[in-house]
Amino acid sequence: MTVTPEAGTRDAESGEPPKRRRRGRPELESAQNRLGFYLIIPAIVMLLVVIGYPVVRAVIMSFQKDPGLDPSTGLFVSGGFAGFSNYVHWIFQRCGDVKCPPGTLGSQFWPSMSATIFFTVASVTIEVVLGMWMALVMSRAFRGRGLLRASVLVPWAIPTAVTAKLWFFIFAFNGIANYLLRTEILWTGSQWPARFAVVVADVWKTTPFIALLILAGLQIIPDDVYEAAKVDGATAWQRFTRITLPLVRPALLVAILFRTLDVLRIFDLPYILTGGANGTTTLSILVVNQIRQGFNSAAALSTITFLFIFLVAFLFVKFLGANVVQTQQSQQKGAR
Amino acid sequence: MASTTTVEPGRAAAATRARTRTRPRGATAAKVRSYIGIVLIVLFCLAPFYWMIVTSFREVDFTFDNTPWPTHVTLDNYRTVFDTSLGNHFARALLNSAIIGVCTTILAVMFGVFAAYALARLDFRGKFVVLGVVLGASMFPGVALLTPLFQLFTNIGWIGTYQALIIPDISFALPLTIYVLTAFFAEMPWELEQAALVDGASPGQAFRKVILPLAAPGLFTTAILAFIAAWNEFLLASQLSSDRTQPVTVAIASFTGSQPHQEPYTAVMAAGTVVTVPLVILVLILQRRIVAGLTAGGVKG
Repeated sequence: MTVTPEAGTRDAESGEPPKRRRRGRPELESAQNRLGFYLIIPAIVMLLVVIGYPVVRAVIMSFQKDPGLDPSTGLFVSGGFAGFSNYVHWIFQRCGDVKCPPGTLGSQFWPSMSATIFFTVASVTIEVVLGMWMALVMSRAFRGRGLLRASVLVPWAIPTAVTAKLWFFIFAFNGIANYLLRTEILWTGSQWPARFAVVVADVWKTTPFIALLILAGLQIIPDDVYEAAKVDGATAWQRFTRITLPLVRPALLVAILFRTLDVLRIFDLPYILTGGANGTTTLSILVVNQIRQGFNSAAALSTITFLFIFLVAFLFVKFLGANVVQTQQSQQKGAR
Repeated sequence: MASTTTVEPGRAAAATRARTRTRPRGATAAKVRSYIGIVLIVLFCLAPFYWMIVTSFREVDFTFDNTPWPTHVTLDNYRTVFDTSLGNHFARALLNSAIIGVCTTILAVMFGVFAAYALARLDFRGKFVVLGVVLGASMFPGVALLTPLFQLFTNIGWIGTYQALIIPDISFALPLTIYVLTAFFAEMPWELEQAALVDGASPGQAFRKVILPLAAPGLFTTAILAFIAAWNEFLLASQLSSDRTQPVTVAIASFTGSQPHQEPYTAVMAAGTVVTVPLVILVLILQRRIVAGLTAGGVKG
């Protein structure tokens, strides 16, 4: 076993596996194409069934009327083609010919959009700054790396539903948060404390994950780059802004992209922690609240949510150049 | 940038010398700072978890005792969790989660392993498109699937069945599996397969005796990640399950206590501990591999 690898490599190069060598020959290339196709196709079919079909179906549903009383005529309609009326209902908050009255789901689109964006911006900003610091500490740790890695994985492994319940208890009126802060805040009782509680819980749960992603990016920066900068008289801050940040940028962008897309669909935390009350209803919560009051309208809302997230991802990749696939590849190579 | 990245041999030597010279004072300060950082991170990550466990062992009447160490210790909360007289079926929910998690994992790995092999080892047309599709799928918002699936499963009477929970879970477990496995496969020393063939092993033997043992840890880690993702899922399960099939995440969120309008905090913390501790132990045992899988796949758990 100890001698075989080397011999094996040499033999492999001398043409024993015709499949991987001599890529130029067209019939072999097409053989790889065919094999690749056969191996890929089951997974792609599976994804089409579990994701493709529901998405197409949701788009079709979103152009159908929900059975019910038509608010403008007062007559019962049993469905039929709705055109863009479901989309108009959400985006312009129109219920029939009038503005949706406060308290109805129809009036909550823009408030939940702004809550979702608030959670995204607040959580991701804090998580990236905190995650960056954590990653720096972990990469420089002389000892205790195992302990660090272990403890960092704990918040990640806990189900979000449990995290929400845990922070619900911490933020209870008589709970430890008020006790430690010497405050008497009804955390889930009004808008900003409730939002604050959700952001804190989200930061606790996912910063470790960001830190691990950034750490992976930090570890492929060679040490001698820092040594050279030190010799050239760069301060710690200069080394951070001129070396660490530019070199860790690809990993950082991927982490930010993943987290952004993830918080945009946030559901579990606010749903359990605050019940979506006091300005913590996110787009996902609104869809779930709507689902039993009309599938088709809910489908329109979920399609809007999906398109919104897609747009954000597109802008991200286009303007920040977060090339996810390539970063993945180079990180794999770096890790090898 | 350019000036700092090019390191001449002479300079590198100077750097080493400079480092050894300044070690005593600078190194001690750095060490102290590093230790403070480590303590802060460990506190940040573990304090809330510790609080959950401490509370889970506290008598109900002392729920808001707020003493940082265990006081009024009791096992009553754990009895409450598994007590079915209050309408909670926690044991059944645990079993449901296990069934859903195991089935999802098996399906995801079964379908994912071939795709990952192709993505890691073969050059075929459209490879990057497939990678992009898989990554896009893993970032897909669950609510976009929820409405049509809810309608479909209601129509065909699947609400309250296991397949209604397993099939949607594939939507995130399969992309995750493909991504993490692709990363693992790309790092494997495949030359050993050729070596075995040269040494006279049949292709079957080479696969069984060389490739499988090498791939097993990666496969296992991937399976664990998929299982954790399915175990932790809440959104789809909260809408597509019935009382009979609901998993633990949904059970915990809707846990009821003996008093109708009072949140049974201590019992919920006990339930949370029961759900979490096995996962945490598993993760701690496999931490090195899980971190590798997480960062290579770059997928959220």
